[in-house]
Amino acid sequence: MAIVVDRRLGLIDHLYLPGIFRGLWITLKHLFRRKFTMQYPEQRWTFPEGFRGVPALVKDQEGRVKCVACYLCQFVCPPKAITITAGEMPNKVEKYPAAFDINMLRCIYCGMCEEVCPEQAIFLTRDYEVAGSTRTGLIFDKEKLLEIGGMRPDPIMKWAAK
Amino acid sequence: MRAPTPAVLGPPLSPESEKKISDALRASDEGLFVTRLEDVVAWARKNSLWPMPLGTACCAIELMATAGPRYDIARFGAERLSFSPRQADLMIVAGTVSKKMAPALRMIYDQMPEPKWVIAMGACASSGGMFRSYPTVQGVDQIVPVDVYISGCPPRPEALLYGLLLIQEKVQRRKKA
Repeated sequence: MAIVVDRRLGLIDHLYLPGIFRGLWITLKHLFRRKFTMQYPEQRWTFPEGFRGVPALVKDQEGRVKCVACYLCQFVCPPKAITITAGEMPNKVEKYPAAFDINMLRCIYCGMCEEVCPEQAIFLTRDYEVAGSTRTGLIFDKEKLLEIGGMRPDPIMKWAAK
Repeated sequence: MRAPTPAVLGPPLSPESEKKISDALRASDEGLFVTRLEDVVAWARKNSLWPMPLGTACCAIELMATAGPRYDIARFGAERLSFSPRQADLMIVAGTVSKKMAPALRMIYDQMPEPKWVIAMGACASSGGMFRSYPTVQGVDQIVPVDVYISGCPPRPEALLYGLLLIQEKVQRRKKA
């Protein structure tokens, strides 16, 4: 059974001012609390271990592109963001990526390419601010990906003798 | 790049009178604030963008996080998320757009008053993302003109703020308005 409570407004309620000041008091209290907002373009977030950002290709310490164009990442990529065109090395030993494009608007930063890569040639970096005004401008080619990835030293260097 | 000068501003200045003005400015030690009306209007516009949150999927969660206290989109003057397209000038398409949703999206875009801008937030809105399937629109640029595409699935709130900064730059340049 519903109980009806008769809430009549008194003189103080009709003035509204006490209510306004009660609200402003809460605002005033928040002014002296710990600041919660991150001032974004100046302040940055600290990444936890294993953060997945933009994928990028890497070179070894001798400047060799580690990717051997095996197409595993292209095969495993869920949105099919990676497109590789293989080329042949002059010494007939190994393939290399003649073109390696990642469509950043397709990429979902899942890290499967990094996981599947047998040469540890593709890594997910810490970058996440990728935006642009054209769709074609956000298809990153090999040069751009190598520029983002930089160098990761290879302890084995199995291609050095070849 | 210069936008066409509105009639209220009069014809563009001749080179002689422009030189006269710049000489006078160089000669005066007192600070003088000179600007063009369209610059002021663009400045006011870019700092008070009212977004239309077209959240159709999980990107909308990040959009809400961007509006929250931690990232606080209000710092860029865009805190007034308008749920009516009539009072919005920036459409943020956050999420997968199905082909059934496409006419509604276009209608919402048409209802927004000029000048208006569009952000395609995330992989699905920008290109269809991982949904390479027949019911999904492969990028909202097939329906509406998109100004900024943001990569990510979903993009971090910082990435959305970065996209908003790009839009603000574009508004200031008055490329479209």
